[in-house]
Amino acid sequence: MSAAAVIEAADVEFGWTPDQPLLRIERLAIPAGQRVFVHGPSGSGKSSLLSLLAGVVVPQRGSLRVLGTEISRLAGSARDTFRADHFGIIFQMFNLVPYLSVTENVTLPCRFSRRRRHQVAARGGADREAARLLEHLDLGAEARSRRAVSRLSVGQQQRVAAARALLGRPEILLADEPTSALDADRREAFLRLLFRECESEGATLLFVSHDRSLEGLFARTLALADLAAPRPAPGA
Amino acid sequence: MAILALAGKSLLNRRVTAILLILSIALSVVLLLGVERLRTQARAGFANTISGTDLIVGARTGATALLLHSVFRIGYATNNVSWTSYQELARHPRVRWTIPLSLGDSHRGFAVLGTTADYFRHYRYARVRGLELEAGAIFDDVYDAVVGADVARELGYRVGQPIVVAHGAVDAGVSRHDDKPFRVVGILGKTGTPVDRTVHVSLAGLEAIHLDWQSGMRAPGAAVSAEEARLRDLTPRSITAFLVGLDSRTAVFHVQRFVNDYRKEPLLAILPGVVLQELWEAIGVAEQALLGVSALVALVGLFGMVTALLTGLNERRREMAVLRSVGARPRHVLALVVGEAAALAAAGIAVGVGLLYLALFVARGLIQTRLGLWIEIGFPSAHEWLLLAAVLLASIVAGLWPALRAYRYSLTDGMTVHV
Repeated sequence: MSAAAVIEAADVEFGWTPDQPLLRIERLAIPAGQRVFVHGPSGSGKSSLLSLLAGVVVPQRGSLRVLGTEISRLAGSARDTFRADHFGIIFQMFNLVPYLSVTENVTLPCRFSRRRRHQVAARGGADREAARLLEHLDLGAEARSRRAVSRLSVGQQQRVAAARALLGRPEILLADEPTSALDADRREAFLRLLFRECESEGATLLFVSHDRSLEGLFARTLALADLAAPRPAPGA
Repeated sequence: MAILALAGKSLLNRRVTAILLILSIALSVVLLLGVERLRTQARAGFANTISGTDLIVGARTGATALLLHSVFRIGYATNNVSWTSYQELARHPRVRWTIPLSLGDSHRGFAVLGTTADYFRHYRYARVRGLELEAGAIFDDVYDAVVGADVARELGYRVGQPIVVAHGAVDAGVSRHDDKPFRVVGILGKTGTPVDRTVHVSLAGLEAIHLDWQSGMRAPGAAVSAEEARLRDLTPRSITAFLVGLDSRTAVFHVQRFVNDYRKEPLLAILPGVVLQELWEAIGVAEQALLGVSALVALVGLFGMVTALLTGLNERRREMAVLRSVGARPRHVLALVVGEAAALAAAGIAVGVGLLYLALFVARGLIQTRLGLWIEIGFPSAHEWLLLAAVLLASIVAGLWPALRAYRYSLTDGMTVHV
């Protein structure tokens, strides 16, 4: 693995059933701090790739190293801890826990990750760090008003989710089509905010989308179909 | 701890459903604990009705019937004990005291008991407690009466109140001994036993009012005035039964056999504790059935909770996925749902106990009037705590069903839910 790579995969194969592989990655290396656009048609395994990287599932074969750790060698609970410590995740929709306030949603990872608790403690505590991030994402007023998260607009909810993903400075941000519910103006504004925060926090961003118009905003594009090289014929 | 806080906030978010579930569990708890409280108080009241009496002696009949009419004033004696037999048995060397009981008359629905001053001296209830006067004194004159606490309260009687005794259980015009009224000279303190609902008069008083009666009717042309009656021999010819205290508990079976083998008339001696136990066991089937029904009601309440949790689970799969994405483990998801079930049950139990105490406080007067049962309002007993713990445990076990389902969802869904 190169010293700067945060994600490195070799000969990875994954399928929801072992005899029907959905995703094959011959070789992949993503350096720290890079903004990567991942695209592919529906059913090509975009969400499965994110689940693999986050350690929710493990590959049937091959090597997948994240931050130097071989994910498949970790036990289930260790993978959960690893995910809580090192990943920030933004979903397409329904990102927030409806019964928690804006600040509580943002500080949610600190309930499960000691590392992130320590990280935010160095910055004055979880609530203070959440307030800072929300302020950066133009949500200071919403956080202070203690409005129910369900009453925020979709764009505001996505920014709250981004603040949650960034809290505690995780090394990797996974975004699963987070802009698909936003109109064009809000989509670009959201992305610029996300990039700015990733840059200031030094986070690597993997952004999955089928919207190719966004591709130009990213440093690198990965097509899922290109990740898998043709398998050699038996006996060759 | 973090998960329990989340469970609390989650329930708060679904507060209408949560409140309804809590009320449903609370009502189950009220029923379960209420029945248990009534059952134990009834049992205690029943067992405490008579204490320190070694034997009850009456004309030969069923043991239960003798206990019921001599102690609980329920039913009638089929026959009496002659006064001479009573006197002979009372002189038995092992007998320390006796209390003659003469029943059959009534006053406005309350039993009238003819007895002697020994009744107030030797009668014990609730293990060691003796009868105490709340006002006045015990009877001295032929036409004196001492009323129980409920009689005084319900009829508004005070010392000095004149009362008329009716012949038999029906207090109607022709059956009243209104030519020989009694006067209340004493009011007994509350005992929680049938004593409270009894009018006590002397055996001589009962004899006096029946001087001019024959076969349950006033004898024509044989009227005896109250004052004339005082001059007559008022020694009773017979009594209904008598209570016996012995010099030692070891003599019980010996004296019982002596009475049961008594040749001059057929008599029966019973051990009140033994017959009370047999009687309670006989009615215990209904008691257990009642407890069973209330346990079923509690079970229905828990099923309602499980149904609500299961129904809401599908809508909450995305919430579980979000929790998983921030590092929650499947066991955290399991703990979240079980925690919700436990919190609902704990709240339901707390509300239920509160409602029960409120209901007891409000209704205990009515319960006493209608059922003759005085409910003590004290801390829950050890058995009641056990019942409450069982409800809590059952709710946690019941909560495992939706929790395991949520656990399975969180394993298969991971962070990807298509709902």
